[in-house]
Amino acid sequence: MAKTRPNNTPKLALAVLASAPFAWLVYLIALEIAQPTSGLGPEPAEGLLHYLGEWSMIMLLVAFSITPVRRMFKQPLLARSRRMMGLFAFAYVALHLLAYIVLYVESSWQLLLEDFVERTYITAGIAGFFGLLVMAVTSTKGWRRRLGQNWLRLHKVIYLVVPLALLHLIWLRKDGFGDIALYILWFAILLGERVYQVRTSRSTAT
Amino acid sequence: MLIGKSPKIPTSEIISETTYLNRRKFMGQSAALIAGSSLLGSAQAGLQEDDEITPEDIVTQFNNFYEFGTDKSDPFENAHTLTTDPWTVNVSGEAKKTGDFAFEDIIKGMTAEERIYRFRCVEAWSMVVPWMGISLKKILEQFEPTGNAKYVEFKTLVRPEEMPGQSSFFSSIDWPYTEGLRMDEAYNPLSIMVTGVFGKELPNQNGAPWRLMVPWKYGFKSVKSIVSIRFTDKEPLNTWQQLQASEYGFYANVNPAVSHPRWSQASERRLPSTLFNTNRRPTLPFNGYAEEVAHLYKGMDLRKFF
Repeated sequence: MAKTRPNNTPKLALAVLASAPFAWLVYLIALEIAQPTSGLGPEPAEGLLHYLGEWSMIMLLVAFSITPVRRMFKQPLLARSRRMMGLFAFAYVALHLLAYIVLYVESSWQLLLEDFVERTYITAGIAGFFGLLVMAVTSTKGWRRRLGQNWLRLHKVIYLVVPLALLHLIWLRKDGFGDIALYILWFAILLGERVYQVRTSRSTAT
Repeated sequence: MLIGKSPKIPTSEIISETTYLNRRKFMGQSAALIAGSSLLGSAQAGLQEDDEITPEDIVTQFNNFYEFGTDKSDPFENAHTLTTDPWTVNVSGEAKKTGDFAFEDIIKGMTAEERIYRFRCVEAWSMVVPWMGISLKKILEQFEPTGNAKYVEFKTLVRPEEMPGQSSFFSSIDWPYTEGLRMDEAYNPLSIMVTGVFGKELPNQNGAPWRLMVPWKYGFKSVKSIVSIRFTDKEPLNTWQQLQASEYGFYANVNPAVSHPRWSQASERRLPSTLFNTNRRPTLPFNGYAEEVAHLYKGMDLRKFF
């Protein structure tokens, strides 16, 4: 008898959802190219940059939510989507950084260096990107096997990446902190769930 | 109403907006040649050869006015609710004539003239705007400021029911929005009170019924929808300095040599830009108006008084 194939529908649905903001962006870019300022506003490079930035933040938090949601709602199938969602978050962040380098500072390494050194929100953002890059590279089965126990330890870097992303946003913003408050609340709930898990698993172990 | 009664103009004399804009553009381009010729000289002061007027829909639909929200599209979307008539202005402090004045009475008999100015935001984007305005000196002198008046402070209207940004829970601004100038800055011929733009009444989102325009300073100095003028002997604490004194000072003169923790000020992005070209150009000291205003700051360390 053939082995039953695992149900891939939830994973596929998540992939479609996570691609939607990107598809919408492609549409906006097409509008923008057809008629300047119609898709992304009078400052299209900045419009695109901020769009990708907001979705990077959201995707990071979504990826960070997979494990707690799986535990809370007893959805073991979700575990198989964690890597995919992490890579989606990485893809949005990488596009965000690429847009910043190519469209915003227009590949001027001098401007980039100045930003990196003088502007703390850029420093935080780029540091966060490298953390995420390490996670993305080592997310394959091969690396997981090779790193063994250290793999989990290494991937704890996400606890640095999300706060760095939040700082990046907080330090950039002048006023109007509504969305940031939501992101912080979201992150705090996810952290709270993890602290709770660690505590209860310790008490049952002893 | 705000720009004075316009006489009946025969249709034959009305020019299309395109022609108007082309003329403006031509005037901008020829400014370098005719600088010095009396009337145009003052209207076009400091204009560079390649300064083209920014399209009207960008000037009126993409700007900061936090009273209506923090997105640059918020003012255009939300400002239509603002009532600007009647409009009362309170004048107080070191002057002989103080009290409440109707806006129409303050500008009575004064004609707004066109001034094409570069507008440089601290966020490192810039525009070129044909404002209609009245000399600030002329406006302030009618209140007869005394010898103790060293500074003038301006405040924006506070009316949360018409200005949604003011009732936002997530704003840390202590309304009213406050700005100020030294008296000699206020009396500089470049300083104007704007009542119109593109030959029309000033739209709400740009600060109706009147706003300040000091083109050699970052845009946030040019306070909008003013309801209070106060003459004082102490340097006013402006809103952004109050929020973040390490980033925003009192003077806020455009200065490519003084970097900001959030934005490099060495260059600026002239709007509109395209996706693949941010239209970046070097930023000029005093936004290109050094000849007119640099003398005001002689002997001052502009790195310290940023």
